[in-house]
Amino acid sequence: MFLPFFLELKAAKIPVSLREYLTLLEGLDAGLVTYDVEGFYYLARSALVKDERHLDRFDQVFGHVFKGLELLGGESGVDIANLPEEWLRRLAEKHLTEEEKKLIEALGGFDKLMETLRQRLEEQKGRHQGGSKWIGTAGTSPFGAYGYNPEGVRIGQDEGRHGRAVKVWDKREFRNFDDSVELGTRNIKVALKRLRRWVREGADDELDLSGTIRSTAEHGYLDVQTRPERRNHVKLLMFFDVGGSMDEHIRIAEELFSAVRSEFKHMEYFYFHNCLYEGVWKDNRRRHAEKIPTLDLIHKYGPDYKVIFVGDAAMAPYEVSHAGGSVEHWNEEAGAIWLGRVLDHWKNAAWLNPSKEQYWDYTASTAMIRKIFAHRMYPMTLAGIEGATRELSRRH
Amino acid sequence: MRFEGTAAYVADKDLMVAVNAAIALERPLLVKGEPGTGKTELARQIAAALDLELVEWNVKSTTKAQQGLYEYDAVSRLRDSQLGDAKFNDIANYIKPGKLWHAFTTDRKVVLLIDEIDKADIEFPNDLLQELDRNEFHVYETGETIRAMHRPIVIITSNNEKELPDAFLRRCFFHYIRFPDVETLTRIVEVHYPGIKQNLVRAALTQFYEIRDVPGLKKKPSTSEALDWIRLLVADDIAPEDLRADPKNALPKLHGALLKNEQDVHLFERLAFMARRQG
Repeated sequence: MFLPFFLELKAAKIPVSLREYLTLLEGLDAGLVTYDVEGFYYLARSALVKDERHLDRFDQVFGHVFKGLELLGGESGVDIANLPEEWLRRLAEKHLTEEEKKLIEALGGFDKLMETLRQRLEEQKGRHQGGSKWIGTAGTSPFGAYGYNPEGVRIGQDEGRHGRAVKVWDKREFRNFDDSVELGTRNIKVALKRLRRWVREGADDELDLSGTIRSTAEHGYLDVQTRPERRNHVKLLMFFDVGGSMDEHIRIAEELFSAVRSEFKHMEYFYFHNCLYEGVWKDNRRRHAEKIPTLDLIHKYGPDYKVIFVGDAAMAPYEVSHAGGSVEHWNEEAGAIWLGRVLDHWKNAAWLNPSKEQYWDYTASTAMIRKIFAHRMYPMTLAGIEGATRELSRRH
Repeated sequence: MRFEGTAAYVADKDLMVAVNAAIALERPLLVKGEPGTGKTELARQIAAALDLELVEWNVKSTTKAQQGLYEYDAVSRLRDSQLGDAKFNDIANYIKPGKLWHAFTTDRKVVLLIDEIDKADIEFPNDLLQELDRNEFHVYETGETIRAMHRPIVIITSNNEKELPDAFLRRCFFHYIRFPDVETLTRIVEVHYPGIKQNLVRAALTQFYEIRDVPGLKKKPSTSEALDWIRLLVADDIAPEDLRADPKNALPKLHGALLKNEQDVHLFERLAFMARRQG
């Protein structure tokens, strides 16, 4: 009876299984709710949804299935060809300068512009890029995103395209990774488990049963043997690349960060930008004020630490190879020298790269860093993390 | 057997439906929510409302699933064997029942609270799957099987520190306790401090929600902090007028009950400093 509802939930990517559905039917059978939509909603919610992150999606599906409400949500919820003209007009008035408004007049005024936009949206089928008429990205037509026509109407573009610069001297705000993010980290944690190294350390507070038996047999009287408890002894240093091209990987980096953070007790993390140089930092908001010299880290953390670098390794080649190549400051020594120093000190090291493996060869800097790391670069997928942990747990 | 909330606990309808479903279908109820929204208290109130015994199992990072079933005390047995105590011949003398064993073998239904299940190792919930599903477990040392005579009402709380395995979630009912809105919170305050001055509650809660809305707080104050704070306000006999936000002093009165972390206190001091500069 509720199968369509169940299937819609599945379609909305809420992880429901047959077992949960049967639980719901069982609950209805037991007469938990009768003739009460609200009660049924609560029962269905508590039987089918197991994570507060899905509650909102569940509500949407429920409303859609049981009240015939229009399914609203995401991009598909907005009918782009029927955008209310008022929105666009108001936006245009807000953002355009006087000169630009005059340019609009050149094309026959705002109404004309909107009219043409609507026509072209109807004419056009499919995604479009380049060119000078159709609506798409990177063109010179007045419609679309990432364009160069001052009369342009921007559709669905979040970030400015022209902010791309080779040297970033001016200070930029970077976001600290949020360690409270707990999205899908369970899989990562399970993959990281391989890194655990159990060592008996500290006070003798556990009974050593086989030792006691052996010792008792040898002595002929009860001789209780104790031993220290097993503890995870692995020590980990992590270096995260932040900002710039890493912005698109921020979510997966946060997931990894929060998984690692809760899994390992001896874990230290530092941030760097693009390539490792003489200084790293712990707080992105105070990155320029509180730099920690990389040499201090080498002296402080012994060679028994395992090191993971997280970054896309995509930068200008001279950022790795040349002194003064850094985009943010004047570096006396090339990034490659610093990476070499670090790898000399910590033998167990790996680089996790969130960009897709098949693209690595197209970026010169990725190939260079990969070479410096003696091919210990892994994609940031579950398989990649497993490969990295296998490499890291190798004894040198 | 139905749970309708108690005089000391304000339960919304959705919470009651979830609890009653868990009771009727004999499935565990997993309760999540911000710290301090009364997750643990829920189990106590269910026990009180239904007049059942409450068995609390507080999970820590070192807790093993086995400890909830039973523990075999090999050391005592070794010692007794040395001293020639006849007791040591029977291994059953050295099996110490855990919380789950206790909950299964009482002659009445009990409420079993497994508190903060996410504190334990990531495999912990998996190790309890069978036991909670079938309500029985096997004791290897003695070869007996402990079966629940009355299936307990199982309430499990989690603070979201670790993700729980899917197989485990599938067997539970789930409820997320949302942070209460002003009316509900007013009712909760009324339940805890009957006859409290209405204008004080209004002033205090207004300020409380303002504090919760400050962006960047490390730990948002929750229900239990609101209750503690109001108790302090009453004890110090603070008038509602004194509470009203003074831009020169962004730190609320007796803020120790609300802000539990020095970064948050600093944040408020910074806000106060900025307000002073503007004013």
